[in-house]
Amino acid sequence: MTIKAHFAMVMNLDKCIGCHTCSVTCNNVWTNRKGAEYMWWNNVETKPGIGYPKEWENQDINKGGWDVNDNRLELKAGGRMSKLTQIFYNPNVTPIDDYYEPWTYDYEELTKSRLQKHQPIARPKSLLTGEFMELEWGPNWEDDLAGVHVTGLRDPNLRGIEEKIKFEFEQAFMMHLPRICEHCINPSCLASCPSGAIYKREEDGIVLVDQDACRSWRFCMSGCPYKKTYFNWNTQKAEKCTFCYPRIEAGLPTVCSETCVGRLRYIGIILYDSDKIKEVASIIDDKKLYEAQLNMFLDPNDPEVIEEARHDGIPEDWLEAAKRSPVYKLAVEYKVALPLHPEFRTLPMVWYVPPLSPLMNGLEENRSETDANVLFPSIDKLRIPVEYLANLLTAGDTEVIRNVLKKMVAMRQYMRGLNIGQEPDDQLLEAVNFTDRQMQEMYRLLAIAKYSDRFVIPTSHRENTKNLQEEQGVAGIPFLEGCETCNTVDDLALDTH
Amino acid sequence: MNLSLMDQFLWVIFPYITLTIFVLGHIYRYNTDQIGWSAKSSEIMEKRLLRWGSPLFHYGIIFAFFGHVAGVLIPKWMYELLMVPDELYHFGAVYIGGLVGVLALVGLVILIIRRMTVSRVRLFTERVDWITIIVLFLVVFQGVYVTVIRNFLVGEFDYRSTIGPWFRSLFTFSPNPELMVTVPLSFQIHVLLAFLLFAMWPFTRLVHLWSLPLEYLKRRYISYRSLNFLRSFKLSKNKQ
Repeated sequence: MTIKAHFAMVMNLDKCIGCHTCSVTCNNVWTNRKGAEYMWWNNVETKPGIGYPKEWENQDINKGGWDVNDNRLELKAGGRMSKLTQIFYNPNVTPIDDYYEPWTYDYEELTKSRLQKHQPIARPKSLLTGEFMELEWGPNWEDDLAGVHVTGLRDPNLRGIEEKIKFEFEQAFMMHLPRICEHCINPSCLASCPSGAIYKREEDGIVLVDQDACRSWRFCMSGCPYKKTYFNWNTQKAEKCTFCYPRIEAGLPTVCSETCVGRLRYIGIILYDSDKIKEVASIIDDKKLYEAQLNMFLDPNDPEVIEEARHDGIPEDWLEAAKRSPVYKLAVEYKVALPLHPEFRTLPMVWYVPPLSPLMNGLEENRSETDANVLFPSIDKLRIPVEYLANLLTAGDTEVIRNVLKKMVAMRQYMRGLNIGQEPDDQLLEAVNFTDRQMQEMYRLLAIAKYSDRFVIPTSHRENTKNLQEEQGVAGIPFLEGCETCNTVDDLALDTH
Repeated sequence: MNLSLMDQFLWVIFPYITLTIFVLGHIYRYNTDQIGWSAKSSEIMEKRLLRWGSPLFHYGIIFAFFGHVAGVLIPKWMYELLMVPDELYHFGAVYIGGLVGVLALVGLVILIIRRMTVSRVRLFTERVDWITIIVLFLVVFQGVYVTVIRNFLVGEFDYRSTIGPWFRSLFTFSPNPELMVTVPLSFQIHVLLAFLLFAMWPFTRLVHLWSLPLEYLKRRYISYRSLNFLRSFKLSKNKQ
C-alpha cells in the first residue's frame, strides 16, 4: 500500500441554479487572455444537451479516456506507437468550432455611429479573424434547454431511454452540470502526452501542464474524455484548469468554489492507495468502477491507515484535514456523491450529488408524505429520469442513483419532521440506514453548508521542499530551485520505498 | 586548381558559418526559449487540408532524409564494397527518392495553400513562419528538380563523387571546395539553400524535430512530480 493525499471536489447539483458565476470568475482569473478566449476551464452545461465542446461525452467519436481490451488497460485512441505515427495529424483533435469561435462585439459602432433612422447595433466580431460573424454556436448555447429540441437527442446520456424522453414542453426536464478538470487519479491526458509535459503533483494530486515542456503535439486534447485540456492558439501550448493551486497551497478554495452563490462546492482531502490504480481502472464491468474507486479511498480515522500515511510522508495537519474532509463524508460516509462518467476509467476526483426534481404527476390521493413506502417509489416519478442520472454518474447503474436519491428525499422529510416539532422518524432512518446524528450532519453539510465545513484545505508544505530562507532574495534564478541540503520528509519517504 | 574568392566563400566559409549558427543557435534557443519551443500546431483551426498535407510532407521528408544519408553521407566505396551495382543505386535514388520527394513537395504545396487561403491559419502565421515555409519549399522543390526533372532531361549526375565527399570533408575540417566548383548549378542551388535553411533552423518552428518524443515509447503512462525539485528528478527515474 502506498498512500497518497488528493484534493477532491464535490458539487451538490441539487443546489445548482446554473448562474455561471463559477465560469465567469474562473474566466476572469485564468483565461481572459489572447489565445485562451475560447477556453472555459469551468463551464456550466444544461443537461440534457450535447454540451461544450459539442458531444464531448461521445467517446465513439472523440476516443478519449481508457478502454479495457483482453483485460489490458489501454488508451482508447491507441497506444504509444499509434500516437507517434499520428503525430503529424491527430484525427481525434476537436476543432475549435466544436468549442466555439470566440467573439466580441463591435461596441465602438454604438458611440461613433452617425445620426440615422435606426438604432446602431454592435455586431459580433470574431476574436480569431477579426471579421464580422454570424453566431451559430457558443460555449453555453443550450442554456436552460435552448435549442435542445434540435441537439438534445445527440446527448449520449439518453442512450437506451430515447423512447422515454420527449422534448415537449410539458415533459421536458433539465439540470445544470458545472464542469472543471477532474484531476483524475488515472489521467488519460497525462498518459497521452508524448513529451511528458503533463504531470500529477505527488503531494496533492493536482494535474498540471508544464508550459516549458509542452511541444504542442495536442494528444492531451483528444486524450481527455472530459475535453478539459485546451490548446492556446497564441502560445501554441496546452492549458487546463489548475485547481487554482496557488490558492489551494495557501489554504484557500478554488475561485469557482469560493464564488459559487449556491455554495454547492466542497473541497477536501481524500487518502487513497496509489498501488491500486491500474487494478481499479482495469475492471471490466463499467458498472463496478464506481464501487471500486470508492474502495480505493482510505478511512482517515483508521489507525493503520494513519500509520501508513505517516510512513509515506503525509504531514500531520493533512491527516487531520482528511478526517474532517467534506468530500470523504459525502462520497464515502454518506455515499451521496458520485463520479462523472466513471466508464471513462480515468478515476475522476470531482464528484457530484445528483439533483432531485419535481414529481411528474403528484402523489396518489391517499398520500402519506412520511411513509417511506410511498415516498421512495416516487423517486421513479421524478422529472429527471433515474436512467439519465445513471448514464451520467454510474455508468448506467440505476440502483445506485435510486439509493442516493432516497437518502436525499429521506433527509428532507426527516429534517422537515424535526423542524415542525415531530418525533424523529426512525422508519426513515432505517430505510436509508442512517443514524440520527449522520442525518443531521449531512443536513448541516448539504443545506447549511458553512464555509468552514465546505472547505477543509490544509496549506502546502513548501517549507519541506525548499530551503526558503536561503531562497530569500534569489527569486528569478532558476538554477537555485530545489534544495540539496534540506533533508525533507518527501526524500525520506522515497528512500523507504 | 585556382579557386575564386566566391568559390571559397560558397563552399567553405558559408557552410561553416551556417553550421555554426545551427549548433550555437540551438544551444542558445534551448536554454532561453523553452516556452516558444513547439511544433506550433494549427490543427484546431483547420483539419481538412492538414489531414493530407501534413502527413504527406512529414513522411516524405523523413524518407528523403534517409535518402540523403544513403547518397551523401555513405561514401561510394561502401556501396562498391557491398557490391551494390550502380544501376540498383540509381534506380533507388531516382524512383524511390523521387517518389518521396514528390510526396513531400505535394504535401508542402497543400500546406502552403492552406496557410494562404484559410484565414484563421493565415492570421496566426508569423513572418518567421512564412520565411521558413518559403525556404523549405525552395529546398524541396530544387531537390525534386535535380532528382526527377533534371535526371530525365539532362541525365544523371554523379553527386556521390562530388557533393558527397565535399559534404563529408566539411566535418573532417579539411574542406574540399574544388569538388563543388564543377557541380551543375541546379545542384549547387539545392545545397546552398539547404545550408541557408540550417542557419535559420534554430530560430524557427523547425526545432520541433529535436523534440520527436521517442522517450514516450518507454515512458510509464502516469508520471508524478513533486514540489521538491530533487524528488521530482528521482521520481522521473523511478521505473514502476
